[in-house]
Amino acid sequence: MIISLTKDPVTIQKEQDVVLFRNRLKEVAVKIKMGLLNQTRLITASSEIVRNMLRYADGGVGLIEIVSRGRDNGIRLTFTDKGPGIADLTLAMRDGYSTGKSLGLGLPGSKRLVDEFDIKSKLGEGTIVMMLKWTK
Amino acid sequence: MDRIPILRMGSFLLVTIQVDLYDRLALTLEADLVQMVNKTQARGVLIDISAVSIVDSFMGRIIGNIASMSKILDAETVVVGMQPAVAITLIELGLPLKGVHTALDVEKGMRLLTEMIGTEQPEESEDDDYITD
Repeated sequence: MIISLTKDPVTIQKEQDVVLFRNRLKEVAVKIKMGLLNQTRLITASSEIVRNMLRYADGGVGLIEIVSRGRDNGIRLTFTDKGPGIADLTLAMRDGYSTGKSLGLGLPGSKRLVDEFDIKSKLGEGTIVMMLKWTK
Repeated sequence: MDRIPILRMGSFLLVTIQVDLYDRLALTLEADLVQMVNKTQARGVLIDISAVSIVDSFMGRIIGNIASMSKILDAETVVVGMQPAVAITLIELGLPLKGVHTALDVEKGMRLLTEMIGTEQPEESEDDDYITD
């Protein structure tokens, strides 16, 4: 069972908020003594999702939670936007696929960088991306 | 608007990224650098990212773009000082930065650039363009 210990919502509306979000996430990661490599993986993965949110959904909210499961601590991030939604999630999760002009690495790449990853989307309503990284 | 300074050192351009990049800053750097390569007729570009803790797919792409654009303008690009955690993350993300020369630090990067484009003496500059490694 995963217990949420703290909740810290960060609004993401403009490009500079990406830096703000990364810094906030870094603080939390240092606080729970996450190793540098895992910090880098998680912050990079979150950076991909935050960019998607800004580009396709005009921003949204990133929730930073410290979670624990038994003796393990970790960080769970939940990104919620009210954008147009993703038509085909299977396609969106494929390497090299992009409806924009990007490399199409964002979603599949960030999934590889974290321990748990989940994406839900409804056309016309928005998208929710959850990712979790344990400290060890 | 924020800008990352570009220093000129002989026929090289030197960029040290000391702040966390966001997309527009990276795009401005890309445009500025390519302009500078053209204006100063630089033969080499050295980008120090030792202070950069995060390189995601967008920034990775910008680094690749700078290298490709400079190459077309007859300048070589070397990226130096990448943190090990950043290197591991880039590969796991799926961005191997192919076509970008790298070196461990500024000194080694400078040496690599000098080897690639040769010294300024005109008699050897022609042959040295073909050195690969």
